[in-house]
Amino acid sequence: MAEVLVYVDHVDGAVRKPTLELLTLARRIGEPVAVALGSGAENTAAALAEHGAVKVLTHDASEYADYLVVPKVDALQAAYEQVSPAAVLVPSSAEGKEIAARLALRIGSGIITDAVDLEAGDSGPVATQSVFAASFTTKSRIAKGTPVITVKPNSAAVEPAAAAGAVEALAVSFSDKATGTKVTGRTPRESTGRPELTEAAIVVSGGRGVSSAENFSIIEALADSLGAAVGASRAAVDAGWYPHSNQVGQTGKSVSPQLYIASGISGAIQHRAGMQTSKTIVAINKDAEAPIFDLVDYGVVGDLFDVVPQLTEEVEARKG
Amino acid sequence: MSLRIVVTVKYVPDATGDRHFADDLTVDRDDVDGLLSELDEYAVEQALQIAEDADDAEITVLTVGPEDAKDALRKALSMGADKAIHVEDDDLHGTDAIGTSLVLAKAIEKAGFDLVISGMASTDGTMGVVPALLSERLGVPQVTLLSEVSVEDGTVKGRRDGDAASEQLEASLPAVVSVTDQSGEARYPSFKGIMAAKKKPVESWDLSDLDLEAEQVGLDGAHTVVDSAAERPARTAGTIVKDEGEGGKQLAEFLAGQKFI
Repeated sequence: MAEVLVYVDHVDGAVRKPTLELLTLARRIGEPVAVALGSGAENTAAALAEHGAVKVLTHDASEYADYLVVPKVDALQAAYEQVSPAAVLVPSSAEGKEIAARLALRIGSGIITDAVDLEAGDSGPVATQSVFAASFTTKSRIAKGTPVITVKPNSAAVEPAAAAGAVEALAVSFSDKATGTKVTGRTPRESTGRPELTEAAIVVSGGRGVSSAENFSIIEALADSLGAAVGASRAAVDAGWYPHSNQVGQTGKSVSPQLYIASGISGAIQHRAGMQTSKTIVAINKDAEAPIFDLVDYGVVGDLFDVVPQLTEEVEARKG
Repeated sequence: MSLRIVVTVKYVPDATGDRHFADDLTVDRDDVDGLLSELDEYAVEQALQIAEDADDAEITVLTVGPEDAKDALRKALSMGADKAIHVEDDDLHGTDAIGTSLVLAKAIEKAGFDLVISGMASTDGTMGVVPALLSERLGVPQVTLLSEVSVEDGTVKGRRDGDAASEQLEASLPAVVSVTDQSGEARYPSFKGIMAAKKKPVESWDLSDLDLEAEQVGLDGAHTVVDSAAERPARTAGTIVKDEGEGGKQLAEFLAGQKFI
């Protein structure tokens, strides 16, 4: 059976959920061979084996943390040359897309980014994408070379599927371009204790209607009662009320949770682009004419400062 | 010596318009008004700021696209860029990201550069991979997705806000930079700028000017194929209630019915 290379996104050996989703998709095409780089790479093996990785190629070097992107491209290329896979799958993060693109160019392949589904086809894997602010769904494939495809979080279920997950050291020699861009400082994001925005099953977002940074505590309280991630519209981020890392929309994160709750968000195209594929959409807005109501499964026309705290209280009460 | 900045820009269909696909499954550029991709305005803005801080700098805006793409160049010139290059050729129709990066790289090399600045992604394709591809093709460092950027003594520095951490980056010129919409509000063209732009030079190059063959680009040269494009079915109309004092409770009832609580 053909092997499929899966690039592993992990933090010190803790595998992030989108990588496990990739393994589900990879198994539709062939046998997943994982590539884990950097500090803690070997510690990823157990989780990857549980989810279907037949092999885990690992390599650690200081270059991965000290220089931007290119060392990882060199390593993924080394894995590609060793394995000769039927496809290469990479999580669709900002960095993932850059790594995948450079690899595709080096190996003479095409690249598809931000797939939301993947299936085997007669002439290679077929990727589903959601385009034009999620108003169209396309199906594409790679016409030349080995398919290199990046896949968005929440595109597939995480499915346990025990496999060998044999750890093998990957031999990597860095190119002279690897050290071109130095990382001279790194400030980790403070943990909020909430789920990752792109991975969360429920997202509660606030927009212009929230009116201030302090008022976001109302949104956070609802999110915490539901175990949800907090999002913000571009208007709220541009106003400085919430960090850009939480922005949902075209220039922020694109999310596809089971439930999306929009509070005080009108639903401009820039926002819709980032949340339109959510399974269930709920909105609270004062303006009955707000375009967000065209998308909702349930909408409340009303003041979010009344509705959201009441909802939070009700959720807490029902939890007992 | 003058700092040579090339800003890559894209002419895209207006995102607020009714965007759709043409019969050959390329983006329909005829039925929706086009404009300079909003995210490229940030690249032009940062180029202008870097040029203002430099002793001597020249900004060239570069686009690959059909006849109308000149509008995007004109906008960038009216913001303050010095000159423009338009790569235009009928054989470019349907070119994918890999092909676009080839054409841009050839044009950037021909124009001469110390610094390439791009937006974080186009507003139509939204892939965000062209800056990385340019870095790979030109063989120079990529310093991408910056929310803050500065150039001093032949070194570019910037801040890249990632999911897990915010990183400080540094590379020697020549380099490829991309900037996000967090890098700073783009200026509006002044009346004077708009008038001045009309006199600024816009060069037109075709594939032969770049020593490229038709089969390296366009739909035939593309490494990817779109097999189908379907309009997403409109979401079925949901229940909308007016809050009469029980809106939160009604919403909780709905969420409980859907097993979310």
